Amino acid sequence: MIQGTEGNHKPFELARKKKFNLKESFFLSLIRMLGFTGAILLIIILFFVAYNGIHILSWEFITQPPVEAMTEGGIFPVIVGTILLTIICMIVVIPIGVTTAIFLAEYSKPGFILNMVMMSMYTLAGVPSVVFGLFGLSVFVVVFNFGMSLLAGALTLAVMILPYIISTSEEAIKAVPYSFKEASLACGATKWQTIRKVILPTAMPGILTGSILGTAKVSGETAPIMFTAAAFFTPGVPRSLFEPVMALPYHIYVLATAGTFIEETRPIQYGTALTLIILVFGMNLLGILLRARKRGKKAW
Amino acid sequence: MVESSSDKYIFEINNFSIFYGDFMAVKNVNLNIEKNKISAIIGPSGCGKSTLLRALNRMNDLIFTSRVEGQAFFQGVDIYDRDTDVIELRRRVGMVFQKPNPFPSSVYENVTYGPKIRGIRKKSRLDEIVENALVRADLWKEVKDKLNESGMSLSGGQMQRLCIARSLAQQPEVLLFDEPTSALDPISTANIENLLQELQKTITIVIVTHNMQQAARISDYTAFMYLGELVEFGETDTLFVNPQNKLTEEYITGRFG
Repeated sequence: MIQGTEGNHKPFELARKKKFNLKESFFLSLIRMLGFTGAILLIIILFFVAYNGIHILSWEFITQPPVEAMTEGGIFPVIVGTILLTIICMIVVIPIGVTTAIFLAEYSKPGFILNMVMMSMYTLAGVPSVVFGLFGLSVFVVVFNFGMSLLAGALTLAVMILPYIISTSEEAIKAVPYSFKEASLACGATKWQTIRKVILPTAMPGILTGSILGTAKVSGETAPIMFTAAAFFTPGVPRSLFEPVMALPYHIYVLATAGTFIEETRPIQYGTALTLIILVFGMNLLGILLRARKRGKKAW
Repeated sequence: MVESSSDKYIFEINNFSIFYGDFMAVKNVNLNIEKNKISAIIGPSGCGKSTLLRALNRMNDLIFTSRVEGQAFFQGVDIYDRDTDVIELRRRVGMVFQKPNPFPSSVYENVTYGPKIRGIRKKSRLDEIVENALVRADLWKEVKDKLNESGMSLSGGQMQRLCIARSLAQQPEVLLFDEPTSALDPISTANIENLLQELQKTITIVIVTHNMQQAARISDYTAFMYLGELVEFGETDTLFVNPQNKLTEEYITGRFG
């Protein structure tokens, strides 16, 4: 009886299968095409910037200061400015972010306080970057009286990137196997000893990766620094935390909108953009490699 | 604090219950565990045997919603008393888990983890502790030339013995085993069982196991738990040959579980 049923169904099933495959392959190619859109866009942008900027990129360009009202010369102080802003931002934000992540992942109990912290974090992450710029202006520049300065800009960037650092660090901490924690506590370690000796070292690659990717994000931001740190022009590199700095994204913005030689400085604009992209791309690559290495080594 | 009436028992558990939120996982257990013997706790999944074991060194503290009623004494000290030093308790009552869980560091680092957090820094002293613990865990011969290799590069059975060595490095008086061989092959299991019988000469062992044959092979006393209650407890030979309770009989003869 069973065999009979199978026989009856065979041609019918085959026909349906064929139709199904057609539909399947249609959607598959559609998804494939749409999936490539992102990659194609990225390639077009990269190519566009590289095509326009590559001929100006030279050793002189990245090691000389701008001259002749920024229509000639290089962008050395601009690069230094961006690197300084990013580094100081990270020095400030990583300890705060990782500490908060430890609190959230290990100490907080579900309840009102945790909900409040999480909600503020999500809200903060969704705030547009120009609002952080205004916040930085009113708090760091005016109230703390840092003036338009490296410090005010770095702190503003730190506030902006904090939620990102917290959430990536928290994920890294939560990814540490529970059995490690159990083993440590069963050895008579205190909670803090467990965090310091087992959880943090294990989570460190993940925390570092998150921080590096955060760094890449920070270095390309314009809005948070335009009211707090970025100068139209400085004669050289900053000598203290309280001096304004030039920065790559703001330099592009200034040259492209505010100068009197907008057309004449196009090559410099593209060169600066290319430098920024290379910087960001390099840092992302570092983060990705670090993550890949961690994945490769992971044995649990 | 109530003092223990006898030196014979290392754990004395009186009317002891454990809750997870509103759920009563262990119900009114009375149980005395004898020093320098192997006691096994058997029972079907979810009967509360692991929960009871984990109460003995307060590993249940990790679960926010857990609480206990009644009393459990370790060497006459109330385990759940507010003044009890949990850290010291866990040093003296070590634990080995179901899945071997060495830290992702070297064999040496794994064994010295406990001693180091207790402030032992001298290299010669640590070397001595490592050798001693690994010899006791029957692992020294296999790893003495690769102390600096990752503990995770060892085989499953070796990893589990490394975890035992890590506990032994703390000079515990009791070792709690939570189904220590359920993730291991038969040969590694036999090695661990032999090791437990060797260790029993110097320390007390409490083992939770799924495997009734294992309990019958290695333990001096066996407790049978069912739905959070301690159904029967007695000498292993008696319990397996001549169970007093109908449930115990049905379980050990394989009629449920």
